[in-house]
Formats: sequence, C-alpha cells, structure tokens
Amino acid sequence: MRMKRVAAVAAAATLALGLAACGGDDADEGTGSGSKSFAAGSTMEKLNKAQKIKVGTKFDQPGFGQKGLSGKPEGFDVEVAKLIVKELGIPADKIEYVETPSKVREDAIVNGTVDLVAATYTINDKRKERIAFAGPYYEAGQNILVKKDDTTITGPDSFKDGTKKVCSVTGSTPAEEIKKSIKDVGTQLVLFDTYPKCRDALKGGQVDAVTTDNVILLGYIAEDEASFKLAGDNFTKEPYGIGVKKEDTDFRNFINDTLEKAFNDGSWKKAWDDTAGKFGAELGTAPTINRY
Amino acid sequence: MSVLIDKFDVFAGGFWLTLQICVLAAIGALILGAVMAVLRISPVPPLRAVGTAYVTVFRNMPLTVVMFFAAFGLPALGSNADFLRIPVLDSLFTRLGTDLPYFRFALLALVLYTAAFVCEALRSGVNAVPPGQAEAARSLGLTFGQNLRHVVLPQSWKASVVPLGSVIIAMIKNSALIGFFGVVGDLSQTADQLTSAEGYAFIPVAVGISIGYLIMTVPLGALLDRLEKRQAVAR
Repeated sequence: MRMKRVAAVAAAATLALGLAACGGDDADEGTGSGSKSFAAGSTMEKLNKAQKIKVGTKFDQPGFGQKGLSGKPEGFDVEVAKLIVKELGIPADKIEYVETPSKVREDAIVNGTVDLVAATYTINDKRKERIAFAGPYYEAGQNILVKKDDTTITGPDSFKDGTKKVCSVTGSTPAEEIKKSIKDVGTQLVLFDTYPKCRDALKGGQVDAVTTDNVILLGYIAEDEASFKLAGDNFTKEPYGIGVKKEDTDFRNFINDTLEKAFNDGSWKKAWDDTAGKFGAELGTAPTINRY
Repeated sequence: MSVLIDKFDVFAGGFWLTLQICVLAAIGALILGAVMAVLRISPVPPLRAVGTAYVTVFRNMPLTVVMFFAAFGLPALGSNADFLRIPVLDSLFTRLGTDLPYFRFALLALVLYTAAFVCEALRSGVNAVPPGQAEAARSLGLTFGQNLRHVVLPQSWKASVVPLGSVIIAMIKNSALIGFFGVVGDLSQTADQLTSAEGYAFIPVAVGISIGYLIMTVPLGALLDRLEKRQAVAR
C-alpha cells in the first residue's frame, strides 16, 4: 500500500514536470513565469518568477518620466525601462512605478524599494560607491534656461561676477556643477526638490536662470516656447545610466546586453522618437556601454 | 560616521545659518506675538477681534502651508519681501539683504506662524495674574498701557517664560523646513546636500544635523529649567 502511494506521487511529479517543460517551450517568446531561462538565483530569474518589477523613475520630468492623465509615468526613461522589463519576460502592465526624485535614488536602490532606477540618472564615481550603473543609454549635457528676452546670460561664466541668480534641484549633478561657476552660493543659488518650482521662480523673476540637463530644459521650452530659451551650448556631458544594486553584476550585464540589443534593432531610437524626441532634442548616436 | 569629521565645515556652516534664522525669527515672533497678545486682551472689541483672527488663522494652519504661501504665493503677488531688508540687521545677517528672497520668505513664514503661539503663551501668563491686581491698578487711575507695563506684564512674565521657551524650541525645530523652500545651506538642507549630491549614507548625516539642533535646543531647555526653579523659590 505504502509503495503504491509513493509510486503515485512520483508519477504525478513526473507528469507535472513534463507539463511544465512543455509550457516553457511554448511561451519562450512571450512573457510569464518561467518564460525565459536565467541562471538560477540571479535577479533576472527572481523577477521573472515573481512576474513583478518595481521601476524607479521621475514623475515630473517632461519627455523622460512624467505622470500625466493616464496615471502612469511616460517618457524616454520609462520606455527604456520597458525594453529591459520585456527582456525579463514580464509584461509592461506588471511594472510598478515608484517615484524616485534625485535625492532618494541611491537609498531606493540600496534599500530594495525598487529593482532598478531609470530617472535621468547621471553616472558618476561618487554614486558608484553605493550603487552600480548599467548603460549609459543616453548622453545629455547641462545647459541653462533663461527668459526669452534675456541676453545677459550666455553660459556658466555669466554667474562668475556674483550678480546672477540660478535655480536647480537639491542633490543633482547640475547643481554641483554650477557651484563651480558661482561666486557666492548663499546669494546666487536656490535649490528646490523639483524643477517645476525652479521654472516658476524663473517666471516670477526670483531667479535669472534654471540649470540642468538640456533635455529637461527642452521639455519646459516645449511647454512654453514664448517665455523661455536656452542660453548657449551644453557645457557638460551627462551620461544617463540605469541604477541597480552595487553587487548585482549579473543584472547589470544583463541590462547592458539588453541596451546594446535595443541600440541595434531600432527599438531604442523608436523609444526616443515617441517621447523626448518630440521636443526636438537630438538623440545622437548610440553611446558606448561602459562595462566597468 | 567619518562624514561628521570630513564634512565638519559643512555641518558648521549649516548650524550657523540655522542659528541666524532662528535668532531673527525668535526676535520677530516675540515682537509680533507681544503685539497680538496686547490686541487680544485690549478693552477695544475690534482690536480683540483682529488678535483673535490672527491667532485662529496662524495657529491652525500647518507651517508647511504658511511656508508655501510665503515662498510661492508672495512672488505670485509680485513681492520679494523687500520690507525685511532691515538696514542694520541685514549687515549683521547677510542673507537678509540678498537679492535672493527665499531666506526672507522663510523668515516671514516662521515669524507669522510662531507669533501666534507666542501670543497665546503671553496671554496665558496675563490670565495667570489675579484679576484683583489689574482692578487695583485701574482704581489707582492707571491707563490700560500703564496697567500692562507696570502691573500686569511684570507678573505675567513669570508665568509665561517657560511656555514661551517651549514655543521657541519648537520654532528651532520647525526651522528644519526652510531648506525645502529655497534656502540653501541651513542644517536640514545640508543633510539633503550630503546625502543626495555627495552620496553619504543618511543615518550618520542625520545624527550630525540632530547634534546641530540639540546644541541650540538643549541649552535653551536647561535655561528654562533653571528659570522655573528660581520662580518656585520666588513664590
């Protein structure tokens, strides 16, 4: 009797395994748990099994990640994240978007609040001490937004005489960069948590300029062409990367592979044209993936 | 924890700016609060109504909302709070006179908000003076102003100094909000700067700025305790 029961369990188990294997073969191209095979124990496998992923992005960045009437953020960062998620075998509607403004991005990754961050996230060495970057998938550059009729500001050097006031976002790379050109931080620099506040301060005349990456500024020009313009050319290079946990090299390599694939098959360019490209920003050639 | 040593100058700078705004806001709030308290206890009904309305509005509104009105509402109305560029003070506290108005906006919000509590602390002190004192003063022919100055306020001061101290301590802690409304370089904004731009872990930085606030609030609290003890003896 006992033998029979064991045999029955074994048979059932074999059957189940066989079915699972069949199912796996059928769904190879699509999505679903086990739809793709990844190394056991890897982040990719875990995410694929869970069929859920938490993506950190910005909710207030026109063209990159902006939450609109649809209730979900839209933009280039979001599209790039979707390309990666698709490669993980997870349908796009299973993505949970988490708002990650500039100052919480590292903590969100380290604490595991999000699985990856695509949020106009400039790759730099200081950040690499706490997290790791895949990419870059885009190279932006810092520029300055001024009022349309302003001719006194032509570039970062215009702040050196100590009279012009400039706004940026707390903890962002552009804020650190512009500090180099500023004579007195106390009288010339304003920092807010989001860029729309800076834009309003520029409009209201409390500051003379807003500085950050060109694509973000182009978004504001697109919204209100009559009021704003860029002052001069980009004066830095800001490579945007995907932030992941520092020790998770497998996941980082996987994202790098996915990005390279997207560069070559045109899905990267399409993502751009559908989002930030609409504002007239240049995409340029695909950046070289930095596999450090 | 090495951030506390490596970035000591940044913490010190943040402490200095927070101390500046707290000193200014405390002075402003004590003056405005005293004026409002006098209005609230004045014998003229319309003046009482003004005082009561002020306290009702500013004591019941969250400070964040007051800050928002100051930092984003005033510019929309075309004001840069230039009336706060007080001649002698702005050479002592340099941020007061700069072209960037956000320090003044934050100061204004802190003063308006705290003054409501100062007003109530002073008024509770006045109420603690036995009514017979004021009646006696009145029957001696003192005017309302003389009555307050020579009889009521000196006695009420004893009862209100401790609650006033609590209000000021609360204000120092409330000043942590200013960094989120455009003021660059105070203690809370320093924390923001170190954690987000420079990538330090949050907890050591939070410990650092907490020490900064404690340096301001703990001695104040100790002073209040002493005052209270001396008062107990005086009674």
